[in-house]
Amino acid sequence: MQAIHFTVNSKPVELQMDPSTPLLWAIRENLGLTGTKFGCGMALCGACTVHVDGNAVRSCVTPVGAIANKHVTTIEGLSPDRSHPVQRAWLQVQVPQCGYCQCGQMMSAAALLAVNPEPTDADIDDAMAGNICRCGTYARIRKAIHAAAEMARSQK
Amino acid sequence: MISRNLARFLSWTATLPLTSLLGLVGFSAHATRRAQTAPENDEKSILAFRAVASVLTSPRCLNCHVPNDGPLQGDDNHPHAMNVKRGSDGKGSPSLRCAACHQAENTKFLHGPPGAADWQLPPAKTPMAWKRLSMGELCRTLKDPTKNGNRSVQDLIPHMETSLVRWAWNPGPGRSLPPLSHDEFVSRLKEWIDTGAACPQEGAQ
Repeated sequence: MQAIHFTVNSKPVELQMDPSTPLLWAIRENLGLTGTKFGCGMALCGACTVHVDGNAVRSCVTPVGAIANKHVTTIEGLSPDRSHPVQRAWLQVQVPQCGYCQCGQMMSAAALLAVNPEPTDADIDDAMAGNICRCGTYARIRKAIHAAAEMARSQK
Repeated sequence: MISRNLARFLSWTATLPLTSLLGLVGFSAHATRRAQTAPENDEKSILAFRAVASVLTSPRCLNCHVPNDGPLQGDDNHPHAMNVKRGSDGKGSPSLRCAACHQAENTKFLHGPPGAADWQLPPAKTPMAWKRLSMGELCRTLKDPTKNGNRSVQDLIPHMETSLVRWAWNPGPGRSLPPLSHDEFVSRLKEWIDTGAACPQEGAQ
């Protein structure tokens, strides 16, 4: 056990934990942020995607010790009022079916738009290939990412 | 005629300082020795290279030293799941970085993502690809700074000591090891370099 300091959604956090504990456990069990989902536990499905210093990572295989002094953003921190273009676009397009994978999908989409504000279909396919949706909402996900890109451009 | 030439040569050498003369004799002896040992050295060097190549072509190295856009996986060299791409810097596409899944250490479970510091493929500009190359082509690729990341052959040694390369000998559960130990691999690499870094003939397997 050791003290691990990092920020989650811009709030400083100190946790006494075994540093090899997956970040996903810290987020869900210790911090009560249950928007991030456990899917496969092996970085195969993308349901647990969060941002660490702005990059999408799979929190189920990221040891909490590896994120000491870094900045973690979960789905709850994407915006304070659900105003992030990705959140608005997801509502507009009505992307989810069961919804279990969608927080991970949205975090990957937000990470994509942060580095590529005008992604092509191919860019979207490349970026989102690690996020699995067993309901098969891929076509709506792609449509929503284009919509979010358009919303972000019109905000400027 | 011969004796006249010999007399001229002796009279010319008499004008040289003793050190130059010794140098001339030494150079001539070295050249003779070199002529006698070069093929032998080449043979030894190529043998060392073949040992090095047995590691370079093992799945742990080959899976990322690929000519195409994305890495391979497993001992059967199948394409990486999730359509993972190299990206311009070799660290993945901008929003699906290698580090999204590959941490500084291996995950402990079977088929979980392996990990090492700076997990990456060679960058797109110098992909250092040696899949499907013959032994001769692989050897020349390894020596060519335009294809090996702008390295001299000596620079290859520190590369082989990086945590990413060393990972091949600690790949986590379910992955085969290279055919030589790391110490033996580096030792054969040094031997190849020290013996002139000779390469097998074009097309040699």
